Amino acid sequence: MIEPKVYREMGLNDVEYAQVMKILGRHPNYTEVGMYAVMWSEHCGYKYSRPVLKLFPTTGPRVLQGPGENAGAVDVGDGMAVVMKIESHNHPSAVEPYEGAATGVGGIVRDIFTMGARPMAALNSLRFGELSDARTRYLFDRAVSGIAGYGNCIGVPSVAGEVYFDDSYEGNPLINAMCLGLVKSDKIARSSASGVGNPVMYVGAKTGRDGIHGATFASVELSDESEERRSPTQVGDPFTEKLLIEATLEALNTGHIVGIQDMGAAGLTCSTTEMAAKGDSGMEVDISLVPRREEGMTPYEIMLSESQERMLLVAAKGHENEVKGIFEKWGLNAVVIGRLTDDGIVRIYDNGELAAEVPAKSLAEDTPVYHMDARIPDYIAQVRRFDKDELPQIEDFEPILELLLRRHNIASKEYIYRQYDHMAQINTVVLPGSDAAVLRLKGTGRGLAVTVDCNSRYCYLDPYIGSAIAVAEAARNVVCSGAEPAAVTDCLNFGNPEKPEIFWQFRQAVEGISAACRAFGVPVISGNVSFYNESQGIAIYPTPAIGVLGVIEDIERRCTSFFKNDDDAVVLLGFNGPGLDGSEYLKAVHGRVAGCPSLDLDKEKRLQACCLEAIRSGLLASAHDIAEGGLAVALAESCFNTEGSHGVSVEISSDGLRQDDALFGEAQSRILVSLDPSKLDSLIKLAAEHDVPLMVIGAVGGSNLIIDLDGSKIIDLKIEKIESAWRGSIEEALA
Amino acid sequence: MKFGVVIFPGSNCDCDCRRVVEQVMEQPVDLIWHEADSVDGYDCIILPGGFSYGNYLRAGAIASHSPVMGAVKKAAADGKLVMGICNGFQVLAEAGLLPGVLQRNKNLRFICKFLHLKVEHNKSAFTNACSPGQVLRIPIAHDEGKYYVDTKVLAEMEAKGQVLFRYCDAGGTVSAEANPNGSLGNIAGICNRKGNVMGMMPYPERSAEEILTSADGRLIFESMLRHLRQVWK
Repeated sequence: MIEPKVYREMGLNDVEYAQVMKILGRHPNYTEVGMYAVMWSEHCGYKYSRPVLKLFPTTGPRVLQGPGENAGAVDVGDGMAVVMKIESHNHPSAVEPYEGAATGVGGIVRDIFTMGARPMAALNSLRFGELSDARTRYLFDRAVSGIAGYGNCIGVPSVAGEVYFDDSYEGNPLINAMCLGLVKSDKIARSSASGVGNPVMYVGAKTGRDGIHGATFASVELSDESEERRSPTQVGDPFTEKLLIEATLEALNTGHIVGIQDMGAAGLTCSTTEMAAKGDSGMEVDISLVPRREEGMTPYEIMLSESQERMLLVAAKGHENEVKGIFEKWGLNAVVIGRLTDDGIVRIYDNGELAAEVPAKSLAEDTPVYHMDARIPDYIAQVRRFDKDELPQIEDFEPILELLLRRHNIASKEYIYRQYDHMAQINTVVLPGSDAAVLRLKGTGRGLAVTVDCNSRYCYLDPYIGSAIAVAEAARNVVCSGAEPAAVTDCLNFGNPEKPEIFWQFRQAVEGISAACRAFGVPVISGNVSFYNESQGIAIYPTPAIGVLGVIEDIERRCTSFFKNDDDAVVLLGFNGPGLDGSEYLKAVHGRVAGCPSLDLDKEKRLQACCLEAIRSGLLASAHDIAEGGLAVALAESCFNTEGSHGVSVEISSDGLRQDDALFGEAQSRILVSLDPSKLDSLIKLAAEHDVPLMVIGAVGGSNLIIDLDGSKIIDLKIEKIESAWRGSIEEALA
Repeated sequence: MKFGVVIFPGSNCDCDCRRVVEQVMEQPVDLIWHEADSVDGYDCIILPGGFSYGNYLRAGAIASHSPVMGAVKKAAADGKLVMGICNGFQVLAEAGLLPGVLQRNKNLRFICKFLHLKVEHNKSAFTNACSPGQVLRIPIAHDEGKYYVDTKVLAEMEAKGQVLFRYCDAGGTVSAEANPNGSLGNIAGICNRKGNVMGMMPYPERSAEEILTSADGRLIFESMLRHLRQVWK
């Protein structure tokens, strides 16, 4: 029998232990307890989140694979599918940021090529504390290096992403890694293992002691003892991963692989039980055959190790040697370690001795599910007490704009993406710096736009609206690139779900995402939940990172956010309104996080449809989503361009809003566009058809950013000066 | 003109090179596995970019001992064209087919960006389609691109016209600001004494199509084709 202290340390509670006994009809042994503990952890089993995740819309005409496999897949035309997913690697990154971030990339990339798709692009969504803190600078720099070191080595371009700095992440950095890959629609590989007698093969790197109980570590809050938990952090080898990509895709091409899954969280335990469960099969595995890089490893350690760069596959009987030969050509281990049976039981042997015997579905599918309490947190009432008229009036707007452009949440992220090879595979036709990355689909004339977004401050103020806005913003960004949003992948980062206030945030977020996805007709095809992002009792802002994939029917009709030509008309498309709530301006200048953001899904839909049609009709020279910092910042960002910046001169009226709101407010559903004046009539007509307000505010030209507000020139700044401050801000903070 | 692109374990840009040769230049091209012991029949061998052997030990060090390198050395001695791009350049330097070494970038970080190269002269197999002093817009993406060679060898190289490309600004000025990685003399690409083996850190195949925002890299492939056709005549 296993001592309660032992199984509780592993993450099982008394009720769950009793359940295990009931399932097995006996006490579990040490190895079996370890297996149930990792598979029933929140990270693997989704025991707190599953009931809520059911709310997501997951179907649609393009969906080839929704949630439930290693990644989701959508049809993008010409018999091609894009496989896409986002995943978190937060807890390891707080302890060992380089390897945590690197293996985050490694893990998500494996989820893509295990589906038979060649990974074609990576993105990341990162959160850190303020860069004024030395430990934060260390975490940030090492995490970026880790992503670069791994992604560059495997030849997968990191093409887009986002990073935010806020105190709420100081003890809990977030590293969310996203990846997409391309595969023929009829060649998508899956993880179901079936066919009695079919060989089970282990391929890839050797198994060591790294990452044992990584899944459990991810299912608890961080504390001072977390540093000692360095062993649950995994260590990656991107060279091995690159070999694994090539070998796996080559082996899948033989057609002799029945099912395949990568070994991620909970390693062999997860892959054996999940694959068997999906195929209604059982498995017999002899772990003495597992290649190891350390001596004296116990069955427990072998089954729970999260050593990287390993896959488990089931081959068609008789074809083992052919598959083995391919992996060995690439210098990788490839060993038959077992066979499929038909009794639904996974039996783990160690040199003939039975080490564990468990029903597959009890670990992989019938995991405990909890319905948690939700309660509105007290802080909500406090932050809603926001009267913008109490804010002091601002007289001098130039210093405010300069301040905002230097804010790390707004400043150029070039320091980061210059470290990523964003051109590998020569598909990137819109490089980092615009609203979304655009990739061509060679040989089709079509393209993809992809981005990941979340304003977590809005989500803190109202998790439902804030999360809906995250979807709207990500969709708006791909629309600004000329793409029609086609699929969503989500990474839901929250605090401790056992606290009703946190669970309320989580449920509200999922409801908000679902509402927005339904309104836009865009399904959620994959995702990940990361709970327990809190330390010393302080939770992170609710951070549902939303990745959106869009399809561009004609790659020549793509669009970027930069002004192109002097004398082009500058137009504000969309719905002006109050927007100081939760704004970067409110925090930076007035030190407040307060109010409540708002979003009208119907107006947002009309705006996006209008902008997309304008781009498809070749009307626009540029399109830029208005977000942090409001209109003034969007104007500046549209001017800045390494290939040749432009100036701009606009006249706007505050029209009933406070002046600071008109300049820096973050009202949703607005896009800043520029176009040849000869096309203006067509755009006006189009906007009227879509019932979207349109305001011509000025023209591109000169070498300054000039804003005339209510008849006074309140901003007249040299582009060269403000651009250089915007570009250098983050690097300066690290010096 | 038959092209061969070598794949080492860890090479990433082999398919990019193949695409440019096959689709843009419309020439026959094969991928050559690093264990091949012959590269006869190819007019030009390309060693592509990537992270061969994970850049373990030194970038290109382990790949330079790959079985295929014996055949590549023979092809070079026979006067065939050999082009090393980025990691390929590092392999050629490690194999002794080109002088000098590529060290870690001055700022100790990976750098990926478009920049400008000045074509030093067009009297080479790799630049004859350019005009002398022409400025090309071509990107880099590397961690270890700082070129170094000792002063005596550098003087010989300069005298023999072995420096083909230098980092410059958009106007063609070779300046410290335009040097991304601290390379000696802003050197971005060189050739051997005989002029048939070339190594460059920037990626011409990443700028051989307009849709990728520059097609200047195409000129290098065009030069190679022009050279091969003349030699053939």
